[in-house]
Amino acid sequence: MTAAPSIAASLAPSATLLEVKAVSKRFGAREVLKTLSIEIATGEFVTLLGESGSGKTTLLRLIAGFEQPSAGEIWMSGARLDTLPAYKRRVNTVFQQYALFPHLNVSENVAYGLRAAKTANPEIAERVNDALAMVRMQEFAAAKPTRLSGGQQQRVALARALVNRPELLLLDEPLSALDANLRKEMQSELKSLQREVGITFLFVTHDQEEAMALSDRIALLRNGALEQVASPREIYAHPATAYTAQFIGHTNALRATVRDGIADCGAFQFSCSHANGTAMFSLRPEAISLADNSVQLSDPVRFAASIRQQIYSGATELLELQTAGGLVLRARIASRTPLSGSHDFVFSASDAVVVHE
Amino acid sequence: MYSRTYKFLVALPPIVWVTLFLILPYLMMFVHSFWTVRDGVILHHWNVGNYATLFKNPLYVQVLLRTVRIAAAVTLLSVLLGYPLAYFLSFHAGPRKEILYQLIIVPLWVSYLVRGYAWKTILGSDGVLNGFLQYLHITHGPVSALLYSPFAVVLMLTHIYTPFVFLPIYASLEHIPRPLIEASHDLGASSRRTFFRIILPLSLPGLLAGATFAFVLSLGDFLAPLLVGGPSGTMIANLVQSLFGAAYDWPLGAAISVCILMITIALLAFTQRVEKRWLFE
Repeated sequence: MTAAPSIAASLAPSATLLEVKAVSKRFGAREVLKTLSIEIATGEFVTLLGESGSGKTTLLRLIAGFEQPSAGEIWMSGARLDTLPAYKRRVNTVFQQYALFPHLNVSENVAYGLRAAKTANPEIAERVNDALAMVRMQEFAAAKPTRLSGGQQQRVALARALVNRPELLLLDEPLSALDANLRKEMQSELKSLQREVGITFLFVTHDQEEAMALSDRIALLRNGALEQVASPREIYAHPATAYTAQFIGHTNALRATVRDGIADCGAFQFSCSHANGTAMFSLRPEAISLADNSVQLSDPVRFAASIRQQIYSGATELLELQTAGGLVLRARIASRTPLSGSHDFVFSASDAVVVHE
Repeated sequence: MYSRTYKFLVALPPIVWVTLFLILPYLMMFVHSFWTVRDGVILHHWNVGNYATLFKNPLYVQVLLRTVRIAAAVTLLSVLLGYPLAYFLSFHAGPRKEILYQLIIVPLWVSYLVRGYAWKTILGSDGVLNGFLQYLHITHGPVSALLYSPFAVVLMLTHIYTPFVFLPIYASLEHIPRPLIEASHDLGASSRRTFFRIILPLSLPGLLAGATFAFVLSLGDFLAPLLVGGPSGTMIANLVQSLFGAAYDWPLGAAISVCILMITIALLAFTQRVEKRWLFE
């Protein structure tokens, strides 16, 4: 039973582990989740991304068993999950503030789940030791949690959850309490740890960069409904909606009138495959470049614009452009000498992606 | 930062207060306990005769033991009542929490004496309880053992001190971060296991504080045995009172008081040590 997840992973890597079927959650009159459905495959690293109040943490708490769905069902490994009490689910959670037990030391904290499962003492000792080794916290085994730094507490919380070999690990913004540098470090640790143990991770964050860095797939939530579910590359390159395009990275939203395969947004025209009518296009800032450095683009679109602002950020800088027609665009280009006045810019028409509003 | 004069002036009132109303009286009590009384006059002859009398005379030992037993019973009963009450209020009362909390606190605003007399009318031969028992034909005459017994003292003190036990336990339960309880369930612990492994240990400081309140206050209680105790319910504080009053044997009374003080100090030192072990920094 304990080795089940890894065997399942090796036999059928794309087998569905978790199915959330038309789940709704209401708190009083407020509907936090609106008939939401999602499937997660064994071994996947999925991120629930969204603003605060989008329902991502609520969904996590429904899966963990801390809340009951108002409607819908949750299944795991072919069995009904949402009717089980939290303590009977083969799911473990890494809490936002770690929730380590203050009266127990690090190894007692990690052993807590194994003791509840009546594991034999020698096995507990071995597995706790392995788990602490995995997160490099062996030397702190006897320390009380409050003596540890945020990053160390984070590692203990991970070990405490993973030592139980859950089928699914839930992580509720586990890095949000850490400072920026430690956060980057923990991101890469988390990613390699997930590959190592092969356990399915469902990760909640409001930080789109973190979601991009870690996930196999990102599920973007908005007001309790799924906006888009796709791989980070897919969701960035082909955002389905204007909201997605804005939330995942920055973008220029262009409203254009399309006629016979030509989109006209006032300042310039470009070819597209959209049907006639009005459409919204997303054009990433980095798709726009200065036209003077002999860039070779397929289907180039040139336009002139004056530079309103130039914001330097190291390797790249952000230009705020204004066309003669008053259209404001942002362009991210490789850093160079300060610019001023009017310049010619260019982008490839294929980089302007149609999005729903 | 502050001048010496300022610090001195700020510290003066508490120092005067503690010296005048705490250190000096205790000192006088301590000194008296080594003096003797002959023919109604206190003689300033240093000796330990009072302490010898105390341990030789079975009356004093018997009353002292009874007092400790009553205090222990009150402590146990008020913890058994106060803990579940605090637990329910903290975890399961929902929106009724505030009103229930007030209901528990309200009796504290009623005078101790009034509550004592209330128990007299409840437990007396013509009292509410006897009338009720006879009405139900459970008993056929008034049960006189209800009033003027150690039982009545325990009952009254439990009623009075349960809110004192409830309050610190409730405060410590309220301070337990709720994610810890979710984490325990998440790690496979049932509600029962979560209670014994997480909630109870984390509320232990409050439990100890409450139990200490109940025990120390009951140990020195003098009104409950006077009102509802009768001769069989006499406690050590009543002896002290009669020694200082009618018997006019201040030195012996002082010696008993010193003994009670020692028990109390030993108990407080013990609970403080235990509590320190449960501080989680």
